Amino acid sequence: MYKEIRLAGTGGQGLILAGVILAEAVGVYEGKKVIQTQSYGPEARGGASRTDVIISDTDILYPKARHLDILACLSQKSYDSYINDLKEGGIVIYDTFYVQATAANKGYGLPLAIRTRERFGREIFMNIVLLGALAEITGIVKIESLKKAVANHVPKVTLEHNLKALELGSEIGRGK
Amino acid sequence: MQLLSGNEATALGALKAGVRFFAGYPITPSTEIAEVMAEELPKVGGIFIQMEDEIASICAVIGAGASGMRAMTATSGPGFSLMQEGIGYAVMAEVPCIIVNVQRGGPATGLPTKVSQADVMAARWGTHGDHPIVALAPYSVLESFELTVKAVEFSLRLRMPVIILSDEIIGHMREVVKLPEEVTIYSPPPLTKSRDEYYHYDDDTNFDAPYAHFGQGYRIHLTGLTHRKDGFPTNDPKIIKWKLDRLLEKITKNREWLHLVDYQDLDSDTVIVSYGSSARSALEAKFEYEQRHNKKIGFLRLITIWPFHYQKLQSLLKNAKRVIVVEMNQGQMTREISRVIKHNAELINVNRYDGELITPEEILAVL
Repeated sequence: MYKEIRLAGTGGQGLILAGVILAEAVGVYEGKKVIQTQSYGPEARGGASRTDVIISDTDILYPKARHLDILACLSQKSYDSYINDLKEGGIVIYDTFYVQATAANKGYGLPLAIRTRERFGREIFMNIVLLGALAEITGIVKIESLKKAVANHVPKVTLEHNLKALELGSEIGRGK
Repeated sequence: MQLLSGNEATALGALKAGVRFFAGYPITPSTEIAEVMAEELPKVGGIFIQMEDEIASICAVIGAGASGMRAMTATSGPGFSLMQEGIGYAVMAEVPCIIVNVQRGGPATGLPTKVSQADVMAARWGTHGDHPIVALAPYSVLESFELTVKAVEFSLRLRMPVIILSDEIIGHMREVVKLPEEVTIYSPPPLTKSRDEYYHYDDDTNFDAPYAHFGQGYRIHLTGLTHRKDGFPTNDPKIIKWKLDRLLEKITKNREWLHLVDYQDLDSDTVIVSYGSSARSALEAKFEYEQRHNKKIGFLRLITIWPFHYQKLQSLLKNAKRVIVVEMNQGQMTREISRVIKHNAELINVNRYDGELITPEEILAVL
């Protein structure tokens, strides 16, 4: 098993944190080899931001993704930049509010931003919602492992909301 | 098992090795080291100070080192430039301390969030004057921990600063690791001389020897000026030469254990030489090449960047007909390697300096 996953969008959307949580969920709680890297600009918010997570049964040397098995995009710019790095048969997931899909591989357009805003009044939990959806669609990680990893990385006062965000994502992933 | 970044592992290695003083000024991509130290040092009775800049940071670290604390700072290119005078002072005054440089693109402010390995020569010759230096380059999260522990040991044994030359990829990359519960930590042997007999720079105190620190009641005089064995300045040519030879001997007499390398298949015609994060791409390229062709490729990774052990590397590379140096700068280590292989092998360099990690494909293209 060897899978390359990229989460990409805009700085401030929490995608790097989402990558860390995904890596911890599969690496620590499911015992797989994993490497997480990131690429971002000097801005605190607004620049392009992405994280690569590679999951494997064997040691991983080169830490960046090259031929994506899974791509998740929360901005048009990231979709346009990385859609061509997707392998044939790869899975693309994108938010329908921020991204207009142009590729032949239509993938999964999901109302992540809208549903997050409906539920929480703001988009701040969209990164965790994305993880829930990604887990359901790709089966790359168990929701239970994500829950444990989320608990390690979010402030205690927001844990309940974050766990709800995971569930919301999982609902959206199952097409509900 | 835990998911850690290279920077976090560096900080945890320092704590495990007994580092109890950290002074620094935050700078991407090294800041996570300061963050962990700020969080953890107070819990173990240590001291964390955020200084006004990197010049003050290295000076505070030298003060702590001279007072018997295991002391460290962490920075990146621009801060590393500011620290150079202090590093020279630590060499001259023979103060053990650790400087972590998580390399980013330069020169100047350069690329705060992007990788580079272009401080190889700045680590060697950034501070002026003839001087020894030790620099270690980790290539994984676990090795970031292990080499920090080693750096503390090396600096205490040699009474000099040791540089950890990490880079943005290694510092920010996360891997699942199991850190050792316990590590063996070097402590200098106990002082046996009385206060009257003690000279801070006596001939038998250059390395692996007891030495005093401030606060123990021994007479210590620290200065950046060239000094006698009692630490006071001199212009006596004989003593000047004695002092500079003494500094150089820290390296020349300990080169064998200082020089760490990792290698495999060196009897192959082609050998790739690399270090730090680009060595991960190089090793991946070796394996991918071997999978496609029925032919081995040699791989040599420099863990100790400085000192550079010409004789040892000459012997390790003696069978190579082609040596490929892979690094993320315009060829800083390539020139050192060219002095090793002379005209006995073809030298090819694969460089990248656009802020991106070199890819296995770029290396495969020349294999």
